[in-house]
Amino acid sequence: MKTASKIYTVLIFLFLFAPIAILLVFSFNEAKSLSVFSGFSLKWYRELFRDEATLASVRNTLLLAALAMVLSTVIGTAAAVGIEKMRSKWLKSTLSTVTDIPMTNPDIITGISLMLMFVFVGRFFGLANSLSFWTMLLSHVTFCLPYVILQVLPKLRQMDSALPEAAMDLGCTPVEAFFKVTLPEIMPGVITGAIMAFTMSLDDFVISYFTSGAGFQTLPIRIYNMTKKTVTPKMYALATIIFFVILALLLISNLTDDPEKDKHN
Amino acid sequence: MNGERRRTAAVLAPYTVWAAIFIVVPLFFVAYYAFTDNSFHFTFDNITRFFTATSQVTNDAGVTSEVRTYLVIFWRSLKLAVISTALCLLLGYPLAYIMSRAGARAQKIMMILIMIPMWMNFLIRTYAWMTILQDTGILNGFLTSIGLKPLHIIGTESAVIVGMVYDYFPYMVLPIYSILAKLDTKLIDAAHDLGCNSVQVLQKVILPLSVPGILNGITMVLIPSISTFYISQKLGSGRFFLIGDAIEGQYVANNLHFAAAMAFILMIILLAAMALLKYLTSRPRFKTVKGAVK
Amino acid sequence: MAKELIRLKDARMDFDGETILDNINLYINDKEFLTLLGPSGCGKTTTLRIIGGFLVPTSGDVIFDGVRINDVPPHKRQVNTVFQKYALFPHLNVYENVAFGLKIPKTGEDGKKIRLSKDEIDSRVREMLEVVSLKGFEHRSVTSLSGGQQQRVAIARALVNRPKVLLLDEPLGALDLRLRKDMQQELRRIQQEMGITFIYVTHDQEEALSMSDTVVVMDRGRIQQIGTPEDIYNEPKNAFVADFIGESNIVDGIMRDDCVVEIFNRKFKCLDKGFQKDEAVDVVIRPEDVDIVPEAEGQLKGTVTQVTFKGMQYDIIVDFYGFKWLIQTTDFCPVDSKIGIKIDPDGFHIMKKSEYSGMFGDYSSYSEEYDEISDAESEEEE
Repeated sequence: MKTASKIYTVLIFLFLFAPIAILLVFSFNEAKSLSVFSGFSLKWYRELFRDEATLASVRNTLLLAALAMVLSTVIGTAAAVGIEKMRSKWLKSTLSTVTDIPMTNPDIITGISLMLMFVFVGRFFGLANSLSFWTMLLSHVTFCLPYVILQVLPKLRQMDSALPEAAMDLGCTPVEAFFKVTLPEIMPGVITGAIMAFTMSLDDFVISYFTSGAGFQTLPIRIYNMTKKTVTPKMYALATIIFFVILALLLISNLTDDPEKDKHN
Repeated sequence: MNGERRRTAAVLAPYTVWAAIFIVVPLFFVAYYAFTDNSFHFTFDNITRFFTATSQVTNDAGVTSEVRTYLVIFWRSLKLAVISTALCLLLGYPLAYIMSRAGARAQKIMMILIMIPMWMNFLIRTYAWMTILQDTGILNGFLTSIGLKPLHIIGTESAVIVGMVYDYFPYMVLPIYSILAKLDTKLIDAAHDLGCNSVQVLQKVILPLSVPGILNGITMVLIPSISTFYISQKLGSGRFFLIGDAIEGQYVANNLHFAAAMAFILMIILLAAMALLKYLTSRPRFKTVKGAVK
Repeated sequence: MAKELIRLKDARMDFDGETILDNINLYINDKEFLTLLGPSGCGKTTTLRIIGGFLVPTSGDVIFDGVRINDVPPHKRQVNTVFQKYALFPHLNVYENVAFGLKIPKTGEDGKKIRLSKDEIDSRVREMLEVVSLKGFEHRSVTSLSGGQQQRVAIARALVNRPKVLLLDEPLGALDLRLRKDMQQELRRIQQEMGITFIYVTHDQEEALSMSDTVVVMDRGRIQQIGTPEDIYNEPKNAFVADFIGESNIVDGIMRDDCVVEIFNRKFKCLDKGFQKDEAVDVVIRPEDVDIVPEAEGQLKGTVTQVTFKGMQYDIIVDFYGFKWLIQTTDFCPVDSKIGIKIDPDGFHIMKKSEYSGMFGDYSSYSEEYDEISDAESEEEE
């Protein structure tokens, strides 16, 4: 049994990592071939770093993700606080149903629906092309918000509701009590929510695809355009870099996880 | 408290307004476009087109027949999504179980390993499979090098399924794992104590208790795989149009009303499916299992 | 001379169409130790939260030092609270928790912000930690402390602000029995040392009786009785109070005359006067006020049905004409033995009939009642 499950685990991870390993290896291939490794070379990396469009798309993606993260974290955290305090059951369940929509709806429907609205409103104002960086930002904040709320709400529920009361009892105004006591208490949830928002925004292709304007390309859209036509190992170089960035981020976030804190929660 | 109410309203207002404008209103736009023509006059044409449009197809034997274009596409989407989801479940459940029973360190490592491919953009993941499965790809290079006949996989339904399973596998494993990891191990001890063997424990205790995780995993795999449009284009070589491809195609062709109609129909069908799932999970026998999870 | 500090005037609290507090009238004197006592759901915590400013009464007034403070928010009240589960700030250490209130600038009477100096804060925190015997714990994380220590931090954190009133919401509920007894003494000592008004909420009658100057017994959102612990125990106003405070046998009786009460068709001498002739009353006989005598000498005769050894004494259940009494005695009486009892005139306490008449004071299901009591204790209010 023990060995069987070990073999099974290894096989599954082989399946998961084989394609990535192949990308990795062939990003160093001298030739353009995808099946024969003809020699080590950094030529595709050089080419990648000379590709202005790709570099610009990286900058765009980071800018968009950072803005989407800040906006969705602030609005989402405030919303979670409000939802937690809300008395009316009816309003509460309506709001949570609405919050579920972007998460359960397929991305393609979220993308199409936002696009239709932007196009319609744009037309109303006489714009020929209403899709732009701004429509993309609005869309990204929209699909990031539920993740922030879902990370913050449980932290608020876990928190002893007497804590902000104690702060007020000791002289804090309600606003001070929030920043001095509630916020530090729910901070792990807020940070996780912010990280999730950032990565969801970085990773999103489908919704961006429908809501982006011609002048603004994010990295996933750039990848889509690159893979649309011919196969180029430049893509592999890009994928390899992304892989190592993700690996580093995941390792850092997991290693810095304080095990004591986990227990506490 | 009056001040308290005012503050609650103040922190809720931005999100409520945002959700109304950017979540709820766009859905109405889908319906609005679906039921109007290019000059925004009310019409059922877009909807009826989905159900009645026909096209000629020639099968392998050379027989030409007329089929309902979009119904065929939808049926294929559903079929491939269900097969992929089932494969994810079959492959993913044992892994989730093994993970949940491993030591704390091993669990953490396996979590990271599962999450790395998940955080790689799905375009890249799909693309990687394309390079593997191509006729001149690595798989066939390997097969010919050991003296076997090359396989033609790219452009078949199997290739699309491989892509879907690969892309969405983590979404099946993680929800199941999170339920199994929290499962009170005393329940398993108790079942053994009451005379169950390992198979019976799995069948009578672990499996029923992990139903919420399984349902969650099914939703998380089924929904993206039924609506995907990139995987089928790349791995199906554009020969296996799925509903997502149809919607995207109409969008690219600037045929927004018909794109909206298909999105609308897909949304309604998925809503019905979700409602069914919710009904299944809210049945009392699943409600009672909540206490078993710490 | 005692000076009135807080008054609740017809304070009423309705929530979701339910009446939680039914027109409470109560005043609290300066430097008094007052306990709100009652079963869970009786309204005692609601009363405390109204005084603390966390709830605004639906109607009625809260008066503090002669000023109506209904709408004054908690942070502007000269009141501090020790919360039920302490509500210590987990992200701050012991010192920072205690210093929390001092670091908040207060608005003085002239409208200017008063900010305490670092040294002043430091000396007050250290002084307070000494009062609660937590010297040397300054930099410990509050989550690493034992329940008793957390309790002390909570008290220090509230008292360091020198409030006029300290509100304590079941502060000892989470501690084990031994620690609870110690902390009761400690709280009483701190209260007397600092000369601060304590308003204490508990469902534990023993705690209430041993610590308080004044006990307010509450049930169903109403005050049932206010008095000193002795008054409450010796002169309960109705069957609820008699039953909630200590053990009581409560039987129907008729006042035949001043100082003459009839129970079980027999007349007994008692000390109570002022009832109408032949008025139906509830009669309380405390289990320790009953003397056991040989059957022939007894004023009443009964059969022992159950004996429980309690260490200091035996609890025996005796059947008198179908009505079961609890009697506490140091004499062992075997089950099924016939005994007689004698009750001195001061052993009777006569109460007017109330809505609680007939609900309490019968021990036919003695053991079950014990279960109910322990259930109620494990239940949390609200």
